[in-house]
Amino acid sequence: MTAADQTPGASLWRDAWRRLSRNRLAVASGVAFILVTLLCVVGPFVTSYTANHADLKSSYQPPSTNHWFGTDHLGRDLFVRTLSGGRISLAVGILATAVSLVIGVAWGSIAGYFGGRLDSVMMRFVDILYSLPFVIMVILLMVWFERNFLLLFAAIGLVEWLTMARIVRGQVVSLKNTEFVEAARALGYSRLRIIFRHLLPNVIGPVIIYATLTVPAVMLLEAVLSFLGLGVQAPMSSWGLLINEGAEKIDVYPWLLAFPAVFFSLTLFSLNFIGDGLRDALDPKSSKD
Amino acid sequence: MPLLEVDNLKTWFHTRDGVVRAVDGISFTLEKGQILGIVGESGSGKSVTVHSLMGLVPSPPGRLESGTAQFDGSDLLQSAQRELRTLRGKRIAMIFQDPMTSLNPYLRISEQLIEPLVIHEDASREAAMPRAIEMLEKVGIHDAAERVHSYPHEFSGGMRQRVMIAMALITNPEILIADEPTTALDVTVQAQILRLLKELQTDLGVSVIFITHDLGVVAEIADNIAVMFRGKIVEQGSVLSIFENPKHPYTKGLLACRPRLDSTFTILPTVADYLEIIETGDGETELLEKEPDLVQPEPEKKVVGENEESLLEVRDLSVHFPVHKSLWRGASESVKAVDGISFKIYKGHTLGLVGESGCGKTTTGRAILKLVEPTAGEIRFDRDYLQHLPPEAMLPYRKRMQIIFQDPYASLNARLTLEQTITEPMHVHGLAHSHAERRDRAVALLEEVGLEAAFLRRYPHEFSGGQRQRLCVARALALEPEFIVCDEAVSAMDVSVQAQVLNLLKELQSRRGLTYIFISHDLSVVKFMADTMAVMRAGKIVEHGESEAIYANPRDEYTQQLIEAIPRDSVESIRQRVG
Repeated sequence: MTAADQTPGASLWRDAWRRLSRNRLAVASGVAFILVTLLCVVGPFVTSYTANHADLKSSYQPPSTNHWFGTDHLGRDLFVRTLSGGRISLAVGILATAVSLVIGVAWGSIAGYFGGRLDSVMMRFVDILYSLPFVIMVILLMVWFERNFLLLFAAIGLVEWLTMARIVRGQVVSLKNTEFVEAARALGYSRLRIIFRHLLPNVIGPVIIYATLTVPAVMLLEAVLSFLGLGVQAPMSSWGLLINEGAEKIDVYPWLLAFPAVFFSLTLFSLNFIGDGLRDALDPKSSKD
Repeated sequence: MPLLEVDNLKTWFHTRDGVVRAVDGISFTLEKGQILGIVGESGSGKSVTVHSLMGLVPSPPGRLESGTAQFDGSDLLQSAQRELRTLRGKRIAMIFQDPMTSLNPYLRISEQLIEPLVIHEDASREAAMPRAIEMLEKVGIHDAAERVHSYPHEFSGGMRQRVMIAMALITNPEILIADEPTTALDVTVQAQILRLLKELQTDLGVSVIFITHDLGVVAEIADNIAVMFRGKIVEQGSVLSIFENPKHPYTKGLLACRPRLDSTFTILPTVADYLEIIETGDGETELLEKEPDLVQPEPEKKVVGENEESLLEVRDLSVHFPVHKSLWRGASESVKAVDGISFKIYKGHTLGLVGESGCGKTTTGRAILKLVEPTAGEIRFDRDYLQHLPPEAMLPYRKRMQIIFQDPYASLNARLTLEQTITEPMHVHGLAHSHAERRDRAVALLEEVGLEAAFLRRYPHEFSGGQRQRLCVARALALEPEFIVCDEAVSAMDVSVQAQVLNLLKELQSRRGLTYIFISHDLSVVKFMADTMAVMRAGKIVEHGESEAIYANPRDEYTQQLIEAIPRDSVESIRQRVG
């Protein structure tokens, strides 16, 4: 490749997009993730059943042309329940991760770059939050937020950012004394410019990897909380809850576990591959051209 | 019969991007009791050569394509791993470049010294200990009986390299392979280690393969030299014949391009003056000899006007770093990195700041640019005092004062293209009105430092070290500064690249009237660059004056030591040594 082949004005993001679009696994994962998301958003509107429509006469039906994914103990259609549960799981996972990403990256990079006493105070605050029992925190938050589940999971993001802050701080500390940052200071760049243009793009690899791991972690956490009666409540559902219910009856009615689990795993895998692809795409050194 | 006879050794690396012929058919012999210097620049294959002999080439991607290495009736290259292991360490020993990482920090020196004896000679610990102590004494460590129980971190770099040598020689090997053993050391320590190696070699009768990029070092120590270039030995012979009468154009260029204390070049010759490399396709190259055109311009006479005020003046500058700082307690003690130094520089001049590692020369450069906060003293630039200025108030001076760092890999943001790297400073300081104008200026700067405009859209990792350093120069020039601190700016480079960058810096100075502080540990380089120089030791300036005068007649004892420690590589001194 010669430099002249490239379109003028290409930025880091445009170059990254070009590299990402050449990564077949990442593209396939991206398509799969978008399909799952679309299905979850649109699907419940176009089927003839609703998520909470119970029909006790047809409980525990195996998959058929009538009920594609079968039915559960109340005769509710599992296809609709899987899709509407997916809405909640995806919303929860993405919302909590976005919150943790914003707080964690800002907190970690400020603590890491400014260092000194500010760093000590900020990171001790993180340590204290770490040491609080998670479930008690959630119960406290739930009391504040009065069982609005979206707000609750934004609150989970408020807890999940701790590890992100530590990762970002560690990276920033190791980078801030490198010569390119010193060169930036010598060139008179402002602190914000140095953090956002020079440091953060260089820590983006681990951040993206951790973010793609946070999404499924939050989805699983949601299942645990819902199981404890702290999260999503019946008749609403989520992948975590459906998997939980299905796992109890795996030997008799395997489809109750299989369908939600397939959707959940598909989402996890595609997120992981998208994360890997993004990390490589954002690293100019990884380009082979 | 030679002790080691290597014939047609080929080690290739099979990578995704194709075959790299790291070592491509080389032959050499090592006689008993001889020191063979293998000289080459980075990527020439000199390290891969000895790693192949020792069976240390990572495979894949490395593969031994052909060759034999006869040692005591057997072929090293055909030996099984098990046989090689008994040979390695016992009959062929190796020392490495970095004494800081080659010793295990968790084990006492005694444990590490005894280990080869226990493994290779089945010696008991009790029997091995006296030999370990004796060996430590031999490599010049005093109070060896006590110090043998120390941990590596209690030893300095030079002492650790002595320990490494003791470890290598404790089993009385027949061949010692030394892979750049003095490259990471200060010049005075390097001189001691070279002397030690030479003594031990005579005492113990061991044969040495000495790998280095530094022709000065082999001139000091080797009997024979093999010069490697692109995986091939282009020339070999006795040290005297190579220095006196080099035949291959690459050797000629390599010998000529080093700045030397006794040379009078104003522009350094480069390898490219002697040699043209023609790519003939499928990885093959052809070397074409050229007649060098070494016309030297008259050295510029730099005069200071009668009432001329210096551009930069530093008075009683100190930088102390606190140690043991915690959240609750303040600093309990401090390290005096720079301890009350004063100097001034006139416009268009170069001040050379010389000293060994830890002497405070780098901190001085950073303190002047306020990248570290000075503890005390004055920094006057033009008419203004900088020492108390807060970061925001430094902004106008950032435009006028710039810095170039040692490591061109670490000093560029890998995620910005060349264009972004060069235009960003202009953007921040509002130097050009439009993006197009900034890009035009970036193109002009790239061309000025010898890079092509077509590189604008590329990322730094696509370039070699020398090209990156040119890019760093272009970035520093983007603000059109008057003053540049060059902090070991050529220290990490091969000599042929170093010559090009030095020439570039000089050319830019005379064209743009730049003022430099040139920081380096290498006196020969400083002599080439600087008008005046200051020798630093432990945070203080021990000698300061005109460069020529200091070299001709060093007054301070430490300066004398530094000059004395530079490897002697003139034909006369080699003739005297081997004669």
